[in-house]
Order: sequence, then C-alpha cells, then structure tokens
Amino acid sequence: MIKTLTHLERLEAEAIHIMREVVAEAEYPVMLYSVGKDSAVMLHLARKAFYPSPPPFPLLHVDTTWKFQEMYKLRDQMARESGMELLVYQNAEAAERGINPFDHGPLHTDMWKTEGLKQALDKYGFDAAFGGARRDEEKSRAKERIFSFRTASHGWDPKNQRPELWNLYNARKNKGESIRVFPISNWTELDVWQYIHLNNVPIVPLYFADERPTVERDGMLLMVDDDRFPLAPGEVPVMRSIRFRTLGCYPLTGAVESTAKTLPAIIQETLLTTTSERQGRAIDKDAGGAGMEVKKQQGYF
Amino acid sequence: MADATTTDPVYVTETLIAEDIDAYLDQHQHKTMLRFITCGSVDDGKSTLIGRLLYDSKMIFEDQLAALESDSKKVGTQGQEIDFALLVDGLAAEREQGITIDVAYRFFNTEKRKFIVADCPGHEQYTRNMVTGASTADLAVILIDARKGVLVQTRRHSYLCRLIGIRNIVLAVNKMDLVDYDQSVFDGIVADYTAFAASIGIDSFTAMPISGFKGDNITTRSANTPWYSGPTLVDHLETVEVNSARDAEKPFRLPVQWVNRPNLDFRGFSGLIATGSVKPGDAVRVLPSGKTSTVTSVVTLDGNLDEAVAGQSVTLCFANEIDCSRGNVISAADAPPEVADQFEATLVWLNEEALHVGRAYWLKLATQTVSATVQQPKYAVNVNTMEHVAVKTLELNAIGVAELATDKPLVFEAYADNRTLGGFILVDKLTNATVAAGMLHFSLRRAQNVHWQALDISRESRAGLKNQAPAVLWFTGLSGSGKSTIANLVEKQLFRMNRHTFLLDGDNVRHGLNRDLGFTEADRIENIRRVGEVARLMVDAGLIVITAFISPFRAEREMVRSLIPEGEFFEVFIDTPLAVAEERDVKGLYKKARAGNLKNFTGIDSPYEAPANPEIRIDTTTTTPEEAARLIVDALLGDR
Repeated sequence: MIKTLTHLERLEAEAIHIMREVVAEAEYPVMLYSVGKDSAVMLHLARKAFYPSPPPFPLLHVDTTWKFQEMYKLRDQMARESGMELLVYQNAEAAERGINPFDHGPLHTDMWKTEGLKQALDKYGFDAAFGGARRDEEKSRAKERIFSFRTASHGWDPKNQRPELWNLYNARKNKGESIRVFPISNWTELDVWQYIHLNNVPIVPLYFADERPTVERDGMLLMVDDDRFPLAPGEVPVMRSIRFRTLGCYPLTGAVESTAKTLPAIIQETLLTTTSERQGRAIDKDAGGAGMEVKKQQGYF
Repeated sequence: MADATTTDPVYVTETLIAEDIDAYLDQHQHKTMLRFITCGSVDDGKSTLIGRLLYDSKMIFEDQLAALESDSKKVGTQGQEIDFALLVDGLAAEREQGITIDVAYRFFNTEKRKFIVADCPGHEQYTRNMVTGASTADLAVILIDARKGVLVQTRRHSYLCRLIGIRNIVLAVNKMDLVDYDQSVFDGIVADYTAFAASIGIDSFTAMPISGFKGDNITTRSANTPWYSGPTLVDHLETVEVNSARDAEKPFRLPVQWVNRPNLDFRGFSGLIATGSVKPGDAVRVLPSGKTSTVTSVVTLDGNLDEAVAGQSVTLCFANEIDCSRGNVISAADAPPEVADQFEATLVWLNEEALHVGRAYWLKLATQTVSATVQQPKYAVNVNTMEHVAVKTLELNAIGVAELATDKPLVFEAYADNRTLGGFILVDKLTNATVAAGMLHFSLRRAQNVHWQALDISRESRAGLKNQAPAVLWFTGLSGSGKSTIANLVEKQLFRMNRHTFLLDGDNVRHGLNRDLGFTEADRIENIRRVGEVARLMVDAGLIVITAFISPFRAEREMVRSLIPEGEFFEVFIDTPLAVAEERDVKGLYKKARAGNLKNFTGIDSPYEAPANPEIRIDTTTTTPEEAARLIVDALLGDR
C-alpha cells in the first residue's frame, strides 16, 4: 500500500519546489524576513529545501526600529543558526525625519516599510524576493499569483499578472523587473501553527501568553516594550497576561488577553476565537474595504 | 431542514477543539488534501456555494461576518439575507462589477480533509482562467442552475475539464429550492448531461441536487430531497480519490531542479517526485543522456528516508558520479520516458497577442527550457460545439492542435499519462509573458531518425584557416533606407582587406531559397528564419556574413541572434525616416503600396519595429553611404 501524503506534507513539498525553482532561475534572490511566525516557517522550509547546503540567498530584514525587542533577539539568533547572511535595512530618510508610529500614523508604515523595502531591493539589486504572504489572509490576496511580477518601479498591476498552470512558474523578466515569490500561498493560519508545532520551529516568545506591561489605546491593548512609549501624565502600565497573534511594530500591534502558554493552547485559542488574524493590525483599515489592495499597488508586500 | 439523524460534522469539530485540542491536532495532522475547481455560468451561484462551504466549515470569523452582513444590505443581491457571494468576490473593481474576473483560491477544512478551491469565472472570454484553475485540480464541480438546465457554458466547462484531464466530475444541480425540489427537473438535467458527457469522453460523473443558498445537500442530507440517496457534496469531496495517490503507482520520474553541492564530498540532485516512488538501492537512468546509476540515499533535513513517493520534494545521491543537471529527468532504469524534438500537442492560447506561426518561443516543461516553434494549427476547437475549425493562428482563449519543434531534445511523456512531463507553457521571448499552455500528445517519428552529425573539423579551425573571426552583420531598416547599397560597400571594403565574406540580399534570396514565400506575417517570419539558419551555417564555416533584409519584426531578429554564438551577431540599424525612404522610392514600391497595389508593405500597412539596442546605428540623413560603410567596418574589426 502506497503512502498517501498528508496536506502538510504536500504543502511543504510545494513550498520547497517553489524555492528551488527560484534559486535555479533567478539571478539574485533574497528572503524577506520579518521575524513573525510566517517568516519562521519560511526560513525552516528554506533550510529543508537546500539541506545539507545552507539556503543560497541572504535574509533581508526591512527594519522600522520599532519592532519588539524579543524580535531583534530571535532574528540575530536565527541568522547565526542558519548560516545565512542577514541584511538589515533602515530607511535613512525616515530615521533622519524621526518618523514614528505615535506622531505620524500611516506615514510611518509608508516610509519605513513600503519605501524601505523598495530602497533595499534597489540598493542590493535583488531580482526575486521571497515573502510569507498567504492567500487566506485577506480578500485581495486570494487571487495573488505565487510568482507576482513587479515593474521596475515596484508597481503591481493586477491585470498584468501571468497565468500559473500546473506547477510551472515563468520566472523570466526584463532588466529592472522583479518577482515577489510566495511559497506558502496555499497555507492557512492553522497550517502554519500546526507546522510550527510538528517541526519545533523556533518562534518569538511573544506569541505565548505571559505577564507583560500594557496600556489601552483606541480599544487596542498595546505593550510598553521600551521607554519610547509616550504615557499620559500619571498613566502607569498595567501588567496583564497577554499574547500576540501577529507581530509588527510594537506601538501598532494589538495584544489579546490570554493564558495560552503552549502551542496546542494557542492553536485552540486561534480556532475558537471570533476575530480574523489581521484584525489586530491597523494597516488594513486605512482605505476602507480595499486597504490591502491599494497598499499592494503602491509596492507594499 | 437538516436530517435529524445525521450528525453535523462542523459541530463535532468545534467540540473537539474545545474539549481535546491534542486529539483535534492529531486528526488535523493526518488529513489529506483535495484541490478542486468550481465552474458555472455567471448566475449559477458559484460564489454563493463557496461562501456557504466556508461558512459551514467555520472559516469565516465574526468580524468578517459583521462586514458581510453590512455589505449584504448595501450591495447584496439577496435582499435582507446574507449574500455569501460577497465573501469571495475579491478585487475592488470586480466587487463593483459583480463578476469574478480571475482565479481566486479559497481554503477550508473538514474532519477528513483540507480543501483548496479554485473559483473560476464562467464568461466565455475567460477560458484562460478556467484552464489555469483546472490545471492543479483533482476534481471539478460543474454548477447548473436547475431552472436553466444544461447550457452552452456547461458544455464548455465540461470540455475544458476533460481537456485538462480532470477525472472526477461533480454535476451540482443548484438552486433546487427555486424549482420546489422537483425530482423530475433533476432527472431531466442528469439525462441531458449524460448524453453530452459521453460524447466528449466523460464516462462517469456524480450528480447531486443542491442549494448553495439554502444549504441543501452541502454538508447535511436535505429533508427536501427525500428521493435523493447519494452523498452530500462534502461527503463526496471527503472520500473521492486524489491524483497524487494515482501518481504514486506509475514508474519513477524526478525532474532535476537543482544540483546540491555544499562541498566536494556531497553531490545530490534535488527535485519534486512527479510519479512513482524511490528507495535506496533502486537502479535509475538519467535522461536524455541515458546513463545509469544506483540510488544510495534519499536525503532530507529530518534524516534519510527509507522511501519517498510522488509529491515529495527530496534530494537523491548516486553510487557513482554521472552527469546530471537541471532539466534532466531521473527515472526508473527499466522504464525511462521518451526523448524527442518534434511533437503534436494541444495548445490553449492565453495572450492577447495571437500565435505567430514559425516564431521561436521559450517552452518550459517540468524543469526543461528550450526554444520551440509552432506550425500552422491543424485545427482549432469551437468550445461551444466541439467542432473542429480550420485556422491560420490561435487567438486569445483559442484551443487548437498543432505540431511543434524544439531546438533541443525534450524528455517527455504524453500528457494523458503524466501531467508533469506532458504539460508545458510557451513564453514570449521579448515580453516574457506566458502566452500558451500546452499538452503533448506524442512525438513525431521523423525527428527520431535525424541525428546531429558530429563533425571532425571544428568551427574554430575553419575560422582559423581564414585568419578571421566569423560574424553576422545583420542590416535592418525600411525598404529604400539604403541597406543594400551600404551592405555592398561594406563587403567590398572587407574583401579588399582579405576578409572572406558573403552577402545575402533580400531580393536575391527570394528568387531562390525563399521563392515559395509571400509577404504575409507568417511568411515574413519564415523568410527570416531560413536566412538566419543559412547565416548560422556560414558563420560556422568561418565567414563574415552580411545580410540585407527589411526584417521588420524584433522577435525574428532576436531569434536569429539566439542562433548565432554570442559576440558574433551585429545588428546594424539603417535608420532612415519613412518620409525620406518614401521620397527616394528607388524601386517605385512606395507608390504602388500607397495606390493599394502592393499589400503588407512595411511602413505603409505592415509595421516596422525599430531595434531598441542595435550594435550599430547609422543615421542616413547625416551620413553618406561611404562614411556608413567605414563606420561599420571599424565597429566590426575595431576590437578584433
């Protein structure tokens, strides 16, 4: 009796196949590494795809200087363990102008992340960039290709994407054009968690519940991760048992109250919870229903 | 409405998550995966059905549901009730138009399986999308509106599913609630469909009466259809056989993606197993070379495997060092696939720019990329009537059968036997767009009997004897631009310098080699292809070849460039504005063309695509022919 592969085995094989195609056909690939759980899975898959060689591309972290401290710690540790080069890019103009999430709202994401990513790709001349986006995350992503083409100015034209048949990917492009590649397009949030669980993939401890200093802002529970957090006069952070479902810039990422300290407990909570994953982030709501779609056309991942 | 004696699978799952998460995870870990597509006409209720599947399997969160409820009232088409279609209609543009214009992928789980649904639009002009969605599917759900019965679109979708090789077809007769769950309506539609299906080679399908809107026979048996004893849609999806199970029983094939060589002691070949299985000790053959070896280990990060099967990504190590690289196929030693360079294939045209017969495209099949040309199609298929139609080319969304030839041998199998080694895409060499999908039928015998003759005297020794570096000076420009005049001067000058040259002139070649060709686009492409091949033979002989052809299409000039070794092709653009060339009108051709007595004349009613980056550009409005010839000779010999 021949073994039937489970869904996770098929998803893993598909992601590895995609990564190998890119390495074989692109000139200068890079893996975008945001230190979140999807990035953790991507890095693990890359190590599997090229074992016993280290993955033949660098990791690129487009840094906003506002990530959680525990993220920076895990980032450096994982780069060491995987034997990969870690490139950290910070938008110099954003740094100079002191752009921050407290005073500048959407401009913060635009300058540090969207502009930062474009600048980093141009600076190093990468022609293919792996990202951990999934089709189940958001409506406009359900139609995203696995190989997503960007013009020389990083624009994304939904009408001008290539049909993808079977598992044949057309990685050809003209000078200056680039591809964003999404190897875990077909994974759901549950698949990601289960894969982390089964493969003991290291993730940032912030995903697990713990007592952390918090304040409430506009109905969101924020963690006071360092002393740059502006407190109101007399305001004192409250210790609460919280964890994070997604990780980004700490002043923009809402926590949930939770006691889930193990992966099964997290998965249980995720499945029983009643709000979708991106709800904890402010970014989708910027432009009404089509927030992410507009961001993508501007070059956000 | 639900049958009280059957348990609701959704409910069980939810209880298990709450009460025993470890048991749930164990169950989820062992799920298999089924990919399917849904196809139907615009109002057959596809989006509603998918929305319903997501909703019933609890893939919709409360915040999405709240948004859905408010959207339903604003733009919904179901009055005050929830419009499930709004859940799946993605991009802003189409949400306003109310139609789905691209393939969207959705995900849901049941107790037994994870599902990936490709949501395919039903419009005629979107054959492209349906073929894309179907290419990865194990099963197709063909939706029929119970009020309308089998429509032209139903036939088209069924034909496309059959073409892509989907074996499991579900005929979902939807909107049964709108025909009062009448069995005779259902039976009538099934009888109609059975007759049609047999005529296109679908010998079995599963028909079921459903309502996506009301939920009948989706996850639970409906009390409204007591006359129906078959499975619910979800029951069927959970138990039908997936493709990968069938693939594992075929002979072993692994297209090599990448050679893994971290150090001198390790050399592995990485790829996704297309069919069959492999274990240490297996005898394997590498195609196209035919060399054999034995597998010593199947390497993964989690340790070496005792066996690996179709669908797994692995790295293989061999007992001895044999040549094996990206594009090769590792196969069972005693059952290797074929190798050939001429084929018959079905093509589905995916691009706004129609097929150019004779033009070279990139062909990608598994991990092999070669240059390929397509002959004039034998016929195209009218997807509404299944009739064969005579055609000269294939336009967007056309499906046709044609012969094609590749510049290097391909390792392949018939698509019907192996999707991975029989399915391919064609890529435009200039725009890099994916222009067609293809399915190989068989190889054409004549190619197998014509082998390359290995020559004992090399092209280097031929050139060495003449004491020169071979080259092609490819002149291009409008009629009357001065190509022939300048080319003649260049040849004379080179001759005086003891260079061995040959001038191929457009008009002269058309009196002999190409006398059978006219001036249609297809003939112009063939004209240039032949001249390109002749030029290639002549540079191989060590000559400096000078050609003077209008050669209006960029793609053909690039095709010739790709035939000639790097550094030996010089594109010489004789840049004369149309007005100037027309005023000179040395041969009186412009006058004829303007009078309508000469068809397809470049610059008048046929385009000229100027070179973007020619090696040499001559502006004839500021340069005399003699100066031009000197510039060209200097550019050719300057760095040699």
